[in-house]
Amino acid sequence: MKSSVITFPGSNCDRDMDVALKKFGFKNKMVWHDDNELPKSDLVVLPGGFSYGDYLRCGSMASKSKIMQSVINFAKSGGLVMGICNGFQILVETGLVPGVLLRNKYLEFICKNVFIKVDNKENFYFKNLDKDIFEFHIAHNEGNYFCTKDQLKEIEDNNQIAIYYCNDKGQIEDQFNPNGSIKNIAGIFNKEKNVLGMMPHPERMIDQSLSGEDGSLFFKNLINNIK
Amino acid sequence: MKISTIITLKKDVLDPQGKVIHQTLDGMGFKDINEVRQGKYFEIDVNESDPAKAKKIVEDMCKKLLANLVIENYKIIETQ
Repeated sequence: MKSSVITFPGSNCDRDMDVALKKFGFKNKMVWHDDNELPKSDLVVLPGGFSYGDYLRCGSMASKSKIMQSVINFAKSGGLVMGICNGFQILVETGLVPGVLLRNKYLEFICKNVFIKVDNKENFYFKNLDKDIFEFHIAHNEGNYFCTKDQLKEIEDNNQIAIYYCNDKGQIEDQFNPNGSIKNIAGIFNKEKNVLGMMPHPERMIDQSLSGEDGSLFFKNLINNIK
Repeated sequence: MKISTIITLKKDVLDPQGKVIHQTLDGMGFKDINEVRQGKYFEIDVNESDPAKAKKIVEDMCKKLLANLVIENYKIIETQ
């Protein structure tokens, strides 16, 4: 299975993602933002970081970079595109997934482990996972998911909410919402469910001695689903 | 010619920075504030002498990059 990780100026989770993808069997290529064409890929990942220094709005400049036209075409033809953290911010700026990510409600950069609940398993990313609650890491300043009322209705009607912030028992309540996101939303799909944007970093949870193994479960399952 | 544009958050979008600025001003003794909303201001020198055309170019910039129309409004001002 072939994957591509796009590196933008200011990306800093691109190599972590490369390590994670390779660890679980992907043949990964790093792709520079200024390239014109994506290599042949089964999965494209937009990694975390601070592309273009978060100037203007997080992800706004990166969403207009050269390679993104090729990524958008890939996504529109049904290809799997996953954006993590800054990658999620880039995805919302391209319009591939609805909504925006605002500054965290309490104006703090948040860096901690959180629990998330997988809501929808009818997609390539989460199907066949044998549990619903995962411990992932978040590290962001702008992760406060927001959309208009009409968009929220559409997102809910189409089952586009991928994951919610919750506690270790899977309770989705305001007190477990780290950043003020509407409805505790931590990740969103496009309508067709081939594009996933999420704030938590599964690539930071692939080693028991460093963190945890919930990211390992996610990546192992992902490659099996794509095969 | 120079065209300016002001980008502001839409009414129903939470502005935590504006809120903190409001609280700080209040703490400094500025007690007569109803609300503070923070926005962005751009001054763009466009290589176009026709004001209508120059405004149109900047409007296009606002729609495509400078503003995110899900949460922001833009207002264009001709400066010279």
